[in-house]
Amino acid sequence: MVDKLLSVENLKTYFPTDEGVVKAVDGVTFDIEPGKTLGIVGESGCGKSTVGRSLLQIIDHPGKIIDGQVHFQSESAGGLVDLAQEKPGSPLMRQVRGGEIALVFQEPMTSFSPVHTVGNQVVEAIQLHMDVSKKIAMARAEELFELVGIPNPRSRLNEYAYQLSGGLRQRAMIAMALSADPKLLIADEPTTALDVTTQAQILELLKTLQKQNNMAILMITHNLGVIAEMADDVVVMYLGKGVEVGNIDDIFHDPQHPYTQGLLRSIPSIYTEGEGRLPSIKGTIPHPFNRPSGCTFRTRCPDYIQGECNTAIPQLQTVGNTKRTVSCFKVHPRKEEVAANG
Amino acid sequence: MADVDTKTPLLEVKNLVKHFPITRGITKRVIGAVKAVDDISFTIEQGKTFALVGESGCGKTTASRCILRGVEPTSGEINFLNRDGEIVDVTEVPRAPLRELRRDMQMVFQDPFGSLNPRMSLLDIVGEPLLVHGMVDVQERADRVAELMRLVGLRPEYMRRFPHAFSGGERQRIGIARALALNPRLIIADEPVSALDVSVQAQVINLLQDLQEQLGLTYVFVAHDLSVVRHISDTIAVMYVGKIVESGTVADIFTNPKHPYTSALLQSVPIPDPRARKARFVLEGEVANPANPPSGCYFHPRCPNKVEKCVTEAPQLEEIESNHFVSCHRAKELDLQGLVASSK
Amino acid sequence: MADDQEQSSAQLLEEEEILAVAGQYRLMWWRFRRHKVAVAAGFILLFFYILFPFAEFVGFGDPTFVATKMQLLPPQPLELFEDGKFSPHIVAVKGGRDPETWQVVYLPTKTHHKVGFFTSSWEYRFLGFFKTNKHLIGFSNPDHDYTKYPSLYILGSDNLGRDQWSRLMLASRISLSIGLIGVALSLGIGIIIGGVSGYYGGIIDTIIQRVIEIMNAIPGLPLWMGLSAAVPKEWSIIQVYLGITVILSVFGWTGMGRVVRGRYLAMREEDFVMAARLSGSSEARIMFRHMLPSFYSHIIATVSLAIPGMIIGETALSFLGLGLRPPAVSYGIMLVQAQQPAVVALHPWLMFVAIPVIIVILAFNFLGDGVRDAADPYGN
Repeated sequence: MVDKLLSVENLKTYFPTDEGVVKAVDGVTFDIEPGKTLGIVGESGCGKSTVGRSLLQIIDHPGKIIDGQVHFQSESAGGLVDLAQEKPGSPLMRQVRGGEIALVFQEPMTSFSPVHTVGNQVVEAIQLHMDVSKKIAMARAEELFELVGIPNPRSRLNEYAYQLSGGLRQRAMIAMALSADPKLLIADEPTTALDVTTQAQILELLKTLQKQNNMAILMITHNLGVIAEMADDVVVMYLGKGVEVGNIDDIFHDPQHPYTQGLLRSIPSIYTEGEGRLPSIKGTIPHPFNRPSGCTFRTRCPDYIQGECNTAIPQLQTVGNTKRTVSCFKVHPRKEEVAANG
Repeated sequence: MADVDTKTPLLEVKNLVKHFPITRGITKRVIGAVKAVDDISFTIEQGKTFALVGESGCGKTTASRCILRGVEPTSGEINFLNRDGEIVDVTEVPRAPLRELRRDMQMVFQDPFGSLNPRMSLLDIVGEPLLVHGMVDVQERADRVAELMRLVGLRPEYMRRFPHAFSGGERQRIGIARALALNPRLIIADEPVSALDVSVQAQVINLLQDLQEQLGLTYVFVAHDLSVVRHISDTIAVMYVGKIVESGTVADIFTNPKHPYTSALLQSVPIPDPRARKARFVLEGEVANPANPPSGCYFHPRCPNKVEKCVTEAPQLEEIESNHFVSCHRAKELDLQGLVASSK
Repeated sequence: MADDQEQSSAQLLEEEEILAVAGQYRLMWWRFRRHKVAVAAGFILLFFYILFPFAEFVGFGDPTFVATKMQLLPPQPLELFEDGKFSPHIVAVKGGRDPETWQVVYLPTKTHHKVGFFTSSWEYRFLGFFKTNKHLIGFSNPDHDYTKYPSLYILGSDNLGRDQWSRLMLASRISLSIGLIGVALSLGIGIIIGGVSGYYGGIIDTIIQRVIEIMNAIPGLPLWMGLSAAVPKEWSIIQVYLGITVILSVFGWTGMGRVVRGRYLAMREEDFVMAARLSGSSEARIMFRHMLPSFYSHIIATVSLAIPGMIIGETALSFLGLGLRPPAVSYGIMLVQAQQPAVVALHPWLMFVAIPVIIVILAFNFLGDGVRDAADPYGN
């Protein structure tokens, strides 16, 4: 078995608010191997971004990790650590955040301070994790800018974020993330704000950088095309839960969970002209305070089984002898489960 | 509605131009212009869907808004076949009759949150066009709103609710109901599904197609998601920096593109199929600045097939096959890659 | 069990339905309610404003009656018991001079004046119409001679022997209403000018904005002083009052104008405004029916933060002798007496007026804060 770089187990991050508790992440389990790409895919409000933020303990107020483990093979700690147990401000967390695990956001405009040049911000990031002089850091920043394909890196370093186009800003953001040579890059919707040709550039860049640095990527996106392009393994999330986890080919060509199936069917094909109606998932995503009992997908599920899906919460279970796990009573009937246990 | 010859195009746009002046200082001195829409022409048949595609800043939204004079065009002709069977130039219509004309052309917006006034109930939002067009009776209006809500798949009991009670997909349905209130024949849909989640997006696309069939609507569909465009449209125009670089039928554009930009655009779309992964062609560089476009063909700095002529001389949109227009000096000689499903 | 679940989900649905049909004011109120300090501040202000029509009714003695024998009387306690029985009264005092220092001192006498509710004393016009002489609290003896012993002097008297409490009630009315009317005036000017500026833009906008900048650049106090000095001496109290209000709002509208303009500018580009235009709504309808309601809430917040500015403005002007003039009574006029340093040492009760001023200003600020937070119920 390959050593895992990161292993997340039953992660739960809740947001207690005045109106009630928002269970943004409610039990997510996955592993990331070194140099591989794991994709988290899901629709708005499914908690995919909160997963990424939970790993780095930069959850927005008032969110808190309330359960689960985040085992990370950390160099600075010299072994396996549980990041979920760390305080957000602990020395180890500071080492890991931006050092061993870096983050690229969706909106590169707001990720850069408008009052400092991008160069100064990259230099600051470098000096945070490496004990080098400003001059060396500047040279390193230029190197990084070149690496991520920014033309005229030296003059670009002296520009402000608003002077760069969306694509260049995202490249600068990636350069900053790479400054400490991370083992894992969390990319949270890195191309959503970009045009399709720029998106293609950034995706290619990420692939190249991954190969060069043997860096693992956690790709968080709602775009199934991007996932299909990038990921080795996929976690499909719905309302805070991972409903199906498996390798990319299984997920796209043999989806087991009705949600994954519905999601894949509802994208129109780019290869053929539209003939008739698109298969769609009925209904809308429930409000976070008004989750269905039992399986959270049951209100929209075409395979809903009365008396089963509404009474118990399905757990992730492996399918056959594969590494794939699915949480659905249609795939793992409850009676069988009882029989198997008894 | 008078009997109208269905062969006549519903809309014919000729040499449409929209420049936004760039001003400087407190005196607002004009120092230049952003050529948002730079001399474009196209026709739309009745009951069909015409898609305007391109990347952000290419002018597709501005062009679509010019059609119903949501944005005042700088010059050009917009010939619209009104419900009495007469062809009118929308750009020449004075204010008061324009109000009448707009009964025929309505708009569906991209942002399901910004396009509905949060302070008005659904009844007021959908009923507004009815009210300002003279349906003063409250009960009559409520009945019509209920009918419209049923039409777009919303429960009429919800008409007293405010927009904050609805999800993105439902709000988009409300926006569609509002657009349909005055029985228009042309709907300008500006990225109507791009803000929606995948599972909801399909519902709204289906709704738009059902309505088209039921009511004989004609759509101008502004979008950047090419798979949605392929699913829903009949004809397509690809825009780049304010100009149409290629237009034609869906099949022509997707399988037989003749402009290098169209081909690059198609190659850039991530395909939701891991088995279709390939070393792909990536278009280099950035979209040109419409305030200061390059010489010759606007696309030449990024074009992998450029020749000297492209730098100096701007190509014209020419019909190279029947109903397939391309603006490229090398349109006839290039063998460009379209999108063909890889054999599975 | 299943019943329970059904019930709770039905309840949930009902709650959802209430939320779904809630308009902007209901949502704002729900959010505002959570702001406890602001709610408390609101009640305090409500109390002050409820006193408006009742200023004379709750006064103890004729606020205009000059009692030479009662000058600068310190606050007098209200005794609640007499011989172990409940019988509210005050002990009458008599002024005399200290034989050594020659200062006026007040010594208690044997006379007790009983105090009761709904008594009759000086005559006034309730709400300006009904002539009456009823008061909430006063001397219960119907034959009490008010010329001899004019009031309870709970807050003492001023240098003319007038009852401070009664004057304070009248002052609240004048000062707080100047705040309201002044803000209403500047709101009107601000909405119209700011609206025109923001909606039409272009040259009109540029001119209006430059004018606002110039007006903001003029230091306020000297300008007020100049304008107030221009108020003719022979104007009546009411005219001076209105004049001061206008002066305050002429310069108060600029802030309001900016807020309104900014909102119009931001909203002009909103999709729902475009949708209204495409629906065929007229420009006036778009401005007032579609756009204006969207920033009522911001206006309310700005207003509640602007009123204290007005009140302070009036108080400062009157304090400097440039605003209202006696016999009008306002916070500022009452504070004029406190200008001498001797007051702090010898007659500190004359400074009591500052306390309601502080309370009102603070309350308005807290209220404004709460309203501003609640103002955009669609924030999340």
